[in-house]
Amino acid sequence: MVILTAILSRLAKAILTLLAIAVLNFFLIHAAPGDPAAVLAGEAGAADPQFIAQLRERFGLDQPFHVQLWTYVSNVLTLDLGYSFRQDAPVSQLIADRLPATLLLTATAFVISLTLGTAFGVLAASQRGRPADSLITTFALLFYATPLYWAALMAILVFSVQLGWLPGFGFETVGGGYGGLERVLDVARHLVLPALTLGLFFMAVYMRLTRSSMLEVAQMDFVKTARAKGLRGSVIQRRHILRNALLPVVTLAGLQAGQLVGGAVLTETVFAWPGIGRLMFESLEARDYNTILGVFIVSAAMVILFNIATDLIYRLIDPRIGAKA
Amino acid sequence: MKLWKRFARNRAALVGLAVLIAVIVLALAAPLLYPGGPWRMVQRPFLPPMGVDGLYLGTDTLGRDVAAGIVYGARVSLLVGLVSTLVALCIGVPLGAVAGFYGGWTDEGAMRFTEFFQTIPNFALAIVLVAILQPTLGSITLAIAIVSWPPVARLVRAEVMSLRKREFVDAAHLAGLSRPRILISQVLPNAVSPIIVMASLMVATAILLESSLAFLGLGDPNAMSWGYMIGAARTVIRSAWWLSFFPGIAIIITVLALNLIGEGLNDALNPNLERAGKP
Repeated sequence: MVILTAILSRLAKAILTLLAIAVLNFFLIHAAPGDPAAVLAGEAGAADPQFIAQLRERFGLDQPFHVQLWTYVSNVLTLDLGYSFRQDAPVSQLIADRLPATLLLTATAFVISLTLGTAFGVLAASQRGRPADSLITTFALLFYATPLYWAALMAILVFSVQLGWLPGFGFETVGGGYGGLERVLDVARHLVLPALTLGLFFMAVYMRLTRSSMLEVAQMDFVKTARAKGLRGSVIQRRHILRNALLPVVTLAGLQAGQLVGGAVLTETVFAWPGIGRLMFESLEARDYNTILGVFIVSAAMVILFNIATDLIYRLIDPRIGAKA
Repeated sequence: MKLWKRFARNRAALVGLAVLIAVIVLALAAPLLYPGGPWRMVQRPFLPPMGVDGLYLGTDTLGRDVAAGIVYGARVSLLVGLVSTLVALCIGVPLGAVAGFYGGWTDEGAMRFTEFFQTIPNFALAIVLVAILQPTLGSITLAIAIVSWPPVARLVRAEVMSLRKREFVDAAHLAGLSRPRILISQVLPNAVSPIIVMASLMVATAILLESSLAFLGLGDPNAMSWGYMIGAARTVIRSAWWLSFFPGIAIIITVLALNLIGEGLNDALNPNLERAGKP
């Protein structure tokens, strides 16, 4: 029951946030240089005048400002994100077609970065000051400074072009004609490089945080007590230190989900991954503002979903939260 | 001087500082090193590195000198990184300070506003802003500032909240100073060191953001930048690796240097706060 009300309040907050983003979008359309109708149609001057007039009527651009705002926001709330005249399809349709690929990529990258990041962090903390620790912290420092898209390009160069181990392009083998399990494996092989490079930066972040958090908790009194009780070192590490050290990591993971979704634009562009990030890149090249704004709203919605997910994970790790909320 | 000694105790931070100074010198000396500018075609396209005398890093798809591009790109990266951080501080510091100092509804409103901006996917918002305002150095700087101020506001708020209950604030109050004056002349100066540490790390993030935007084609068309170079070379990665390799190394070195400096500053400015995670 407690969890249910917590989720409901989170959902209410999520809807408010989306509403605010819709309003922000509306102002952005008007902030663009030139006629808002032309902005909605795509590149200024590219659409014919009759068409622009039609748009102006449809979006009520001849109406007073507040009416326009209302029309836009209510359109967004009914999932009508407008029409992409460049791609000749409704924006919501374009996004729905591409969303599963992005969800697969970001969720995989999220899980990889969180598990590997905490695992390496725990390893580094337990080996503090030894070579393994220095090696891990050095790599984390490097990954932390590496641009995502560059790591992606280099991964293609090494693992795809030079070694030929993994495909560096697309979602599945074109014309492979695979079905069932074969197809799943094929997609998984295509997923490895994009997910790893997208997760690399976040892995470094979680690793650094886990390490410092583990070392901090290890100095606390209840750990000394556990040691005095004669518990085995591995039990203390796992049940006493790790559990408590994970809390800030999960908090940060929730906060950073947004960057993960944003980073997908870069990864998908490099790997030609058919998700909404790639859609955004293509729309940028075509100056298809309507689609860009649509992807923006949907990615914000994805972030909110990630936030709710980490909230639930948090409750699993720390039962005290459930009692408070 | 004591500050410098504490900073210098961190070897990695010193290395970072040396590297950063080198990058700044290169950026300033760009017109002297390459008077022709970064856009001039100097040789046949696709010359590999060390192939021809004087072209250590090879030429790109149009026969431009990659080394010249990197040196000029440093100017853009450093400029955008620095200015956007300053702008972000100009938004985040006053907002966080007022929220933390006055509390109540002011705090509530300011923090809701900050939270909203933290929920929006950072990079996606930057893309949308630059795409709509058209890519210029100004719009790119503004967009990066708009997506990076929320952590500043939160940090300043927390600092101010812990400072405003201190005795010297009460003393200032009794001395008859007005509330805004106390905030500006008594409270904020004591919150400067964590802000400096955060700012140095923010410059690094801003450089990464700028390069990512330029990679997607959202760079100022009149300014050569590292991200643009990698973006332009993306499609020829299989045949000309050096076109994307070297600008990427330039980004990593600069960002790494800034991160190391940030950690060194943290050790120097908050000496009482010995971090448990320090090796």
